[in-house]
Amino acid sequence: MKYGYFPGCSLERNAAAYHLSTLEIARPLNLELIEVDDWNCCGATEYVSLNLIASYALIARNLAQASKPGSPKELVAPCSACYLNLKKCDQYMGTSRSLGGKVNEALAAGGLSYKPGSINVRHLLDIVVNDAGLELVKSKVTKPLEGLRVAAYYGCMLVRPEFTGNGGAFDATEYPTTMDDLLEALGAEVIDYPVKAACCGGHMTQISEASGFEMIRRLIKAAADRKADLIATVCPMCQLNLDGFQGAMNTYFKTDYKMPVLYFTQLMGLAMGIEAGKLGIGSELVSAGPALSKIGVEVEPAAGKGDGKPSRPKKDDKSLPMPKPLIKPQEVVR
Amino acid sequence: MTSAPSQARSPTFFEQVVAATPGVSNLERCIQCGTCGGSCPSGQDMDHTPRAIFAFVREGMKAEALKSNTPWYCVSCYYCTVRCPQEVHITDIMYTLKRIAVQEKYYDDSTAPDFSKTFITWVENYGRSFELGLMSMHMLRHNPFGVFKIAGMGVGMVSKGRMAFVPTRIKNMDGLKAILAKAKELEVAG
Repeated sequence: MKYGYFPGCSLERNAAAYHLSTLEIARPLNLELIEVDDWNCCGATEYVSLNLIASYALIARNLAQASKPGSPKELVAPCSACYLNLKKCDQYMGTSRSLGGKVNEALAAGGLSYKPGSINVRHLLDIVVNDAGLELVKSKVTKPLEGLRVAAYYGCMLVRPEFTGNGGAFDATEYPTTMDDLLEALGAEVIDYPVKAACCGGHMTQISEASGFEMIRRLIKAAADRKADLIATVCPMCQLNLDGFQGAMNTYFKTDYKMPVLYFTQLMGLAMGIEAGKLGIGSELVSAGPALSKIGVEVEPAAGKGDGKPSRPKKDDKSLPMPKPLIKPQEVVR
Repeated sequence: MTSAPSQARSPTFFEQVVAATPGVSNLERCIQCGTCGGSCPSGQDMDHTPRAIFAFVREGMKAEALKSNTPWYCVSCYYCTVRCPQEVHITDIMYTLKRIAVQEKYYDDSTAPDFSKTFITWVENYGRSFELGLMSMHMLRHNPFGVFKIAGMGVGMVSKGRMAFVPTRIKNMDGLKAILAKAKELEVAG
């Protein structure tokens, strides 16, 4: 099945592992991902904090790009914030005529338009579980994750609010189970994780350390207390907070947690027998190596690009970094 | 309460908030039950619980509502919104309060608004964001001592190839700029 693919800014660099592993698992599941041409940032939670119409116009430009003639009607976003923003914009443009009218007036200034309801925004987890289906996933498992204790962490934006338009939410708002079922299908032991739909704090580490680190601490502690080997996530913001800021959180609270946080797509890839390096495993700051050794997976302490060098642009390079499609044409497999 | 303001008077603060929230806010339906504050992951660090803010708004206590850190401590997790028995669109209202607080210069602590401003400046000039690089810059400005705490993280992110120092720029930046300029014009027109 064909889908429009909206990777979102995080997947370009910080969450490149999510992008890589998504492409790796999409192939065997026959999910054909066609990257939206010249997509832009969804604005996260920041743009709408300062400008209303501009923030919705920013999101709507993506919907307009994704709904150009010949594009798939289904649009998939792996990032929960992008997913929520795109879905909410589509819905609000339809239900609020004044907002929809103004947004389209703004889009017209750039030669674009968007008719609300013409795109069905989906999250990657949704299409894996509900379109590809657990039976197909199971049939692709060659190295079951037996003995691996996983906390399935959904975070907030994936499951809230429950939009009723365009097919509605695909899982419960407070105690979702989709990813639990998926991870069990991979052979993992999914632990009870009562905070599974609690918020990671988003950008709160930037506003208040006390608040931001506390939200991270609760999630890490709940997984550690229940003896999880690792946390599985569906969102680059959650991964950044739980993995990237885990060390700073430990310093703040004088704790010593070492809880690895992997994308659910990375775990799917491992279960399908795909090499860890191809799934971006090794780019997490809290190494998943010790946990994955339980299932016989060797992890190279690899760098994102493989050379271990920082990715700072060269001084003499005057050109601006230009967008390259994250999906190279040869990577699209029918 | 939600009827259109007569031409003789300017809108009340309550009317202003309702009008600036997309779609329905349902703010008039708040019954002061406190489910929102009880559900909030950052509630204990807020100056006021959300329901207190809604009481301020209804009573026209604009400065109290807009000088509070509450909207800026909202993490947009929508727990309150899905739990509210009156279906008040709490998260959207928090965004509205942030916008009014910045536009009318009520909020004194620049930490949170500056983060939003820096974020959108990059988006408005490149079309894309680069969260992690942005966070380091923001921290240098607002919490220089905090940088030492996350220095290890920064080194880790750079060595793992996860850190970008500038975002990529989209192809049709002119088109996006035209769209955003028009949108801001419409925003002011109300």
